[in-house]
Amino acid sequence: MSAPVPNPPSSAAIFAGFFSVGIIGFGGVLPLTRRLIVEQRRWMTAAEFTDLLALCQFLPGGNVINLSVAVGFRFRGLVGAVAGFSGLMAAPVAIVIVLGLCYGQFAHEPAVQRGFAGLAAAAAGLIVAMALKIAAPVRRDVPMAGLAAATFIAIALLRVPMLLAIVVMAPLGIALAWRRQR
Amino acid sequence: MAAAAVSGVLVDLAVLYGQLSLLALGGGPTIVPEMQRQIVEVHGWMTAREFAALFALAQAAPGPNMLVATLVGLHVAGVAGALVATLGLVTPSTMLLLFALTVWERFRDAPWRRAVQAGLVPATVGLFVAAALLIAQAADPTWALGALTAVAAGLSVWTKIHPLWLLAAGALLGVIGLV
Repeated sequence: MSAPVPNPPSSAAIFAGFFSVGIIGFGGVLPLTRRLIVEQRRWMTAAEFTDLLALCQFLPGGNVINLSVAVGFRFRGLVGAVAGFSGLMAAPVAIVIVLGLCYGQFAHEPAVQRGFAGLAAAAAGLIVAMALKIAAPVRRDVPMAGLAAATFIAIALLRVPMLLAIVVMAPLGIALAWRRQR
Repeated sequence: MAAAAVSGVLVDLAVLYGQLSLLALGGGPTIVPEMQRQIVEVHGWMTAREFAALFALAQAAPGPNMLVATLVGLHVAGVAGALVATLGLVTPSTMLLLFALTVWERFRDAPWRRAVQAGLVPATVGLFVAAALLIAQAADPTWALGALTAVAAGLSVWTKIHPLWLLAAGALLGVIGLV
């Protein structure tokens, strides 16, 4: 993919780097990951990072989870991939399990219920904002916006299984993009 | 629950999240509608409101935003369920990634690769907006909570405020009974 890094990070360093991203990353860990890899540890150049991110976004799965695997694999093979992934996920998974167990314990308390209702409403606001940001570039592209609207109707209103919606919508989108490219 | 029933649920979780893993176009949130449909309507493991609460809890934790799977697993089958759901969600996509890493060099600049990437955008957008609507619907049974969602969305789009402040403010407004 590119010239080997003069000082490839060890698996332990990869684990530690992604651990630090996992434990402090709230509401979107991608910017933090980029800063860690490109600016702080200098494991990759900005261009290399962008290229690897393109693959991680192209494939299914969480982008940063994919990145942790791809970065680890690149420097240290399978062991590195496991190090990156487990570094990223260990603390958040443990924390969310503890939070979940506490929530189960106190879910019947009225104050906890009210707090959760507020938390859930704010969390919904964050995902609404994310949807608005991701939809903005497609808005003026009528055929693509039409496909997006059709997907939305199928999933949100008709409650069609996701696999069916994708099997229909993805080829249409790809055919459209292909025709434009030629 | 009997041991057989528990292991049956673990298999259900692994199958569900294994499928969702390969459907997660453009990241975690796009599979939220299907996750909700499967969990609430197909399996009947919880109500839509309970799912929205778990989604909120996952947002309030650090790390990647796919941790709602961990919480669903925890709710349905305890810590074993949490681990099965989490690994189920990441294993298939990771296998695909490891394979793709070895051939990426060959297809990175291929015209079909760019067409596929551009062509998946509308489906991704539609799924994201559907996820937002379904989560908001489940989280906002009252007008006050709906207003809180709208204000949080507006602040998140138009200001650089840290999302954790919005979550904390929402929880606080709830505890003191303002929403």
